Amino acid sequence: MESELVSGNEALGYGAITAGCKYYFGYPITPQNEVPEFMSREMPKAGGIFVQAESEVAAINMIYGAACAGKRALITSSSTGISLMQEGISALAAAQLPCVVVNVMREGPGGGGIGPSQLDYLQATKGGGHGGYIKMVLAPSTVQEIFDLMQTSFYLADKYRLVILMLTDAILGQMLEPIEMKRIPEGDLPPKDWATTGHKNQREPRMIPILLKGYTPINYFQAYQDEAAELNSLLQKEELRFEETTTEDAEYLLVAYGSTARIARSAIEQARGEGIKVGMMRPITLFPFPYQRTKELVSAAGKTLVVEASGGQMIEDVRLAAEGQGDISFYGKVGTVFTPIDIYDEIVKLAS
Amino acid sequence: MSGEVVFAGFGGQGILLAGRVLAQAAVTEEKNVTFFPSYGGEIRGGTANCTVIVSDKRIDSPVTSRPEAAVVFNNPSLDKYEAAIAPEGLLLVNSSMVNRNTERTDLRVIYLPANDMAHELGDERVVNMIMLGGYAQTCGAVSLDSLKQALLKFFGEKRASIIEMNERALDAGASASS
Repeated sequence: MESELVSGNEALGYGAITAGCKYYFGYPITPQNEVPEFMSREMPKAGGIFVQAESEVAAINMIYGAACAGKRALITSSSTGISLMQEGISALAAAQLPCVVVNVMREGPGGGGIGPSQLDYLQATKGGGHGGYIKMVLAPSTVQEIFDLMQTSFYLADKYRLVILMLTDAILGQMLEPIEMKRIPEGDLPPKDWATTGHKNQREPRMIPILLKGYTPINYFQAYQDEAAELNSLLQKEELRFEETTTEDAEYLLVAYGSTARIARSAIEQARGEGIKVGMMRPITLFPFPYQRTKELVSAAGKTLVVEASGGQMIEDVRLAAEGQGDISFYGKVGTVFTPIDIYDEIVKLAS
Repeated sequence: MSGEVVFAGFGGQGILLAGRVLAQAAVTEEKNVTFFPSYGGEIRGGTANCTVIVSDKRIDSPVTSRPEAAVVFNNPSLDKYEAAIAPEGLLLVNSSMVNRNTERTDLRVIYLPANDMAHELGDERVVNMIMLGGYAQTCGAVSLDSLKQALLKFFGEKRASIIEMNERALDAGASASS
């Protein structure tokens, strides 16, 4: 199969269309504008719908409608826009509506800037919106992985009736890499016997309750928390994804995700070339976080360095994983892009 | 062959297109490649740059602080990247726009009066392809044929004369650099 040279943002679109997504809603924001641009061109060709909504709030509620009808639907935005969507995401989660949301992260709180960062980790993994719901969070680190994980996201959304949030950033969104556009086979999925597709007098009408089916308001919220806890354990058992780089004999461990992880890998290769036994844990599922394996690796390594394009967010999960074990420190940078030498220097400091 | 190169100049000089054509040519040759642009509040006349890495191996970082080569289209770009180029690396300078020589003595340096050459060819816009032709000829990361094939991806729907002009610019840059 011939490879196509595409940007990370375009790969989001290609992946979604390959997965059978027929509905895209969005509102422009840098650095993800290539996604709506791509979708406005390609969705009609694929027999799908592209809508540029009048606002982020409108867009997230449009995806609510498409998800109620059981259709595969995608929405993308960037940090500031994702904040505006949080009420809608919480509502989607409350009604157990499957859909895929992408945050191509930019920098800073408030309006922020358009540079790359990883400043939305905590928002992505620890709720974002109100009310104690959970969603899965996936973090690719190459353009190929964006294409592949987009397909996986739609499958997982339907499998668990979950909101899937993919976390990329301006680096991954803007860069070009050749990818192979292979369809990833999906496993069996439960029938969408809840979808409001019109009963046409052929069956009982269906309703998507804003509160989970079957519970009275009195026990609803407890029941929701119980279900969320059960699902959390299930995801920990079934859906953990991570990648290890030269961890077998690592005396020093890096933990990084997304674009930072791929830049760190160049630093690791250089350090290995000089005999420094360094490895890396790259979580791909940020929720569920690979706590158990991270604990093993942190305990086995003499020192652990968490590297993020932030002031330190994922480090909270690494510390939680380690349960007091190991020697964990942090290196972060915001506003300028990491280069391999930045991280290499930190590895050398760690090892000296 | 592999190569890490930064193209840098003014917005509007076709910096990003030069990088994209190089990246596409690498794909044609079934090599691994990454293209990373500067982006954002870019305007015509502002700064623009991109990093292209071509390799037979897997490419991890798409950015580098020590590029093996830099292709600079104006003075600020020479100022910015001159010191960053790896020891004994390659520097291509658009000498129509850059009014000084490099202070580095370890580099392989090629000065191409690309704006004047483009004027002679009859199209001011092909400065970027002249510089790209020069880069490919000197570093060998991709062949001129692959670059010409890549042009079809970008200009395929445009007039044949545009493609031909860009091909001539690649050739002109290459022969002036060999």
